[in-house]
Amino acid sequence: MSEVDVWKLYALMFQSRRIEESIKELWDQGKVPGEMHLGIGEEAIYAGVLSQLIEGDAVALDHRGTGPMVMRGVNLENLILECAGHPDGLGKGQGGHMHLFSKDHLMASSGIVGSSGPAAAGFALAAQTKKSRNIAVAFFGEGALNQGMMMESMNLAVAWQLPVLFVCKDNNWAITTHSKEMTGATPLDRAKAFGMNGVAIDGTDVMTVWSIVHEVLPIMREKGGPYFIAAQCDHPQGHFLGDPLQRFIKDPLKEFGKSTGPLIKAVLAVHGTRIDKRLANLGKILSLIGQSRAPMKNFQDPFLKMQQALAADGTKRSEIEKRINQDIMVLMNKIENKLSSAMIGGAH
Amino acid sequence: MKTMKFGEAIERALAFAMERDKNIIIIGEDVHTLRANLYTQFGRERVRSTPISESAFLGAGVTAAMAGLHPVVEIMLVDFTAVCFDAILNHAAKVNFFSGGSWTVPLVIRASCGGGYGDGGQHEQCLWGIFAHIPGVSVAVPSNPADAGGLMLAALNADHPVIYLDHKMLNEAWLDYMGYGGRSNVKFDVPKDGIQGQIPDNWEPLPIGQAKICREGRDVTLISLGISVHRCISAAEELQKQNISTEVIDLRWVRPLDKKAIISSVQKTGVLVVVDEDYENCGLSGEISAICNEANLQFRFGRICTQTTIPFARASEDETLPNVHRIINMVQKLLKKDKVV
Repeated sequence: MSEVDVWKLYALMFQSRRIEESIKELWDQGKVPGEMHLGIGEEAIYAGVLSQLIEGDAVALDHRGTGPMVMRGVNLENLILECAGHPDGLGKGQGGHMHLFSKDHLMASSGIVGSSGPAAAGFALAAQTKKSRNIAVAFFGEGALNQGMMMESMNLAVAWQLPVLFVCKDNNWAITTHSKEMTGATPLDRAKAFGMNGVAIDGTDVMTVWSIVHEVLPIMREKGGPYFIAAQCDHPQGHFLGDPLQRFIKDPLKEFGKSTGPLIKAVLAVHGTRIDKRLANLGKILSLIGQSRAPMKNFQDPFLKMQQALAADGTKRSEIEKRINQDIMVLMNKIENKLSSAMIGGAH
Repeated sequence: MKTMKFGEAIERALAFAMERDKNIIIIGEDVHTLRANLYTQFGRERVRSTPISESAFLGAGVTAAMAGLHPVVEIMLVDFTAVCFDAILNHAAKVNFFSGGSWTVPLVIRASCGGGYGDGGQHEQCLWGIFAHIPGVSVAVPSNPADAGGLMLAALNADHPVIYLDHKMLNEAWLDYMGYGGRSNVKFDVPKDGIQGQIPDNWEPLPIGQAKICREGRDVTLISLGISVHRCISAAEELQKQNISTEVIDLRWVRPLDKKAIISSVQKTGVLVVVDEDYENCGLSGEISAICNEANLQFRFGRICTQTTIPFARASEDETLPNVHRIINMVQKLLKKDKVV
């Protein structure tokens, strides 16, 4: 896109949201075993970046790769079936949602935190060597910035002037740890310390993301070198579906029922730190549970930021939504038929 | 005797040891919530949460141990030790040797391991064979709650690095966290004697390098560890119906291996099947075969291991990991062969 097409961005985000909600339904039904990390809340970041990539650009993904794959045009049926471990999945059901790969789209995922840094550096090295004017994107969370390989990749990208767009999706939480408590300096300060240009933005505002990417991509294609975007966002579902802190909010009786006994024992045990300190420790855990409400209750939904831009043409918006919803309904019917005949998922 | 779940037993053993030894500290990602009870009892100085920086906090664990602490460094999943392998391979394992035996590294590296709940090939590996390859470390893999506690106490009693791997299909907390996610509509093949069991009244560390004969038999020896021990016991019960008497050995330790227990059982039965959830190539199963060959035993040999990257698809996953019917088929195949003279 040479000029911003807000409708296209909206369609990308809406489709991604609906697909991930459908995957969540499959998980809720037990048709997706194990963990499931969704990118709900990150759509503006993905749309603002991915809508401006060209053929040959590469994308290194973390464990939340479904949304970006939707937006880059990966076959939706293959993508969803992969999350459910079906033989018709993107990787024949062998990889699962944390290990999504599409050679055609130059998209590679990993469930190892921080690994999108070196992955993007390598894709960019290939582009630089082939003088292709292509770039590579690394998507990662702020927690990954404490992983050695991520910082090493940032340095490598500067030293070799690799065209890597580092995109940090900062939701402030590393599972149940407050990232600020475990991190020196801000993500952007770190990037600058490596000699990289960058910007800190509201990652729930797709126009902001789009504009900055629109400004830096031509320079990266022309002159090489990396760029860093620190984008704030929320994960309304926590770290993954079934997030341990959020479960306390959603089903307090069940979760506190399981945990209260051992916690009281810990407070009353003969040995340990002083009783008042133990109560304070317990207080810290309870307060974390309380804080995990914030991304749920005050979810900075990227769609809210688009309301104004889209208000002018309500008909067009509902047409887009209707079309996408219909396509997804047809798709999900097909997928559910495939899954129920194969009985591939976790429930058997 | 008390009944406990697997993860609960590990936690009770840790609390028991931490109450008695102030130098024991826990370091790891999210331990303020994953070990909330210990965090409450002992506080943030002894249950210390970390950034996602395994190479830093495991490396720091090595020298903290050299300086008098006894850290239990938790790497959430054993697959993630790949990013901090240097601290294990080149430091924890070698300091005692390099210092002429004068400096010890009393360190426990605890990680969850194993598959069977649909988490894919980067989150379900066992990898104990990689660690057991390295001189200078011990590797413990419990199969039931009593052993889980006893082996943790042994690890905390040792004066050298011990890698302690608890299987996610046995540890109720990990399985809930990564498998069920609070759902009741997913089913996994969880062995009931593995996830819950009786605990001795007096906690005692189990001897390092001592295996346990779980079931005595005459015709065939199954050697295993972790969750696969339960697959072996189920297979042995099936084989009994065919009048095949099966001995099952739970190794408990991958390093040091209990050579005596291995050799005396294989000497008796003459038929050995190693059931190892870790990768087959250059691993535990080959090592056990070598031990029996070095002892000049005449025996028939088979192994049930993981041969490929673990598939995400549940049905393929169950076929890739050792399971009861693969074990039974292997035993039947070996028993049909002519006796080795």
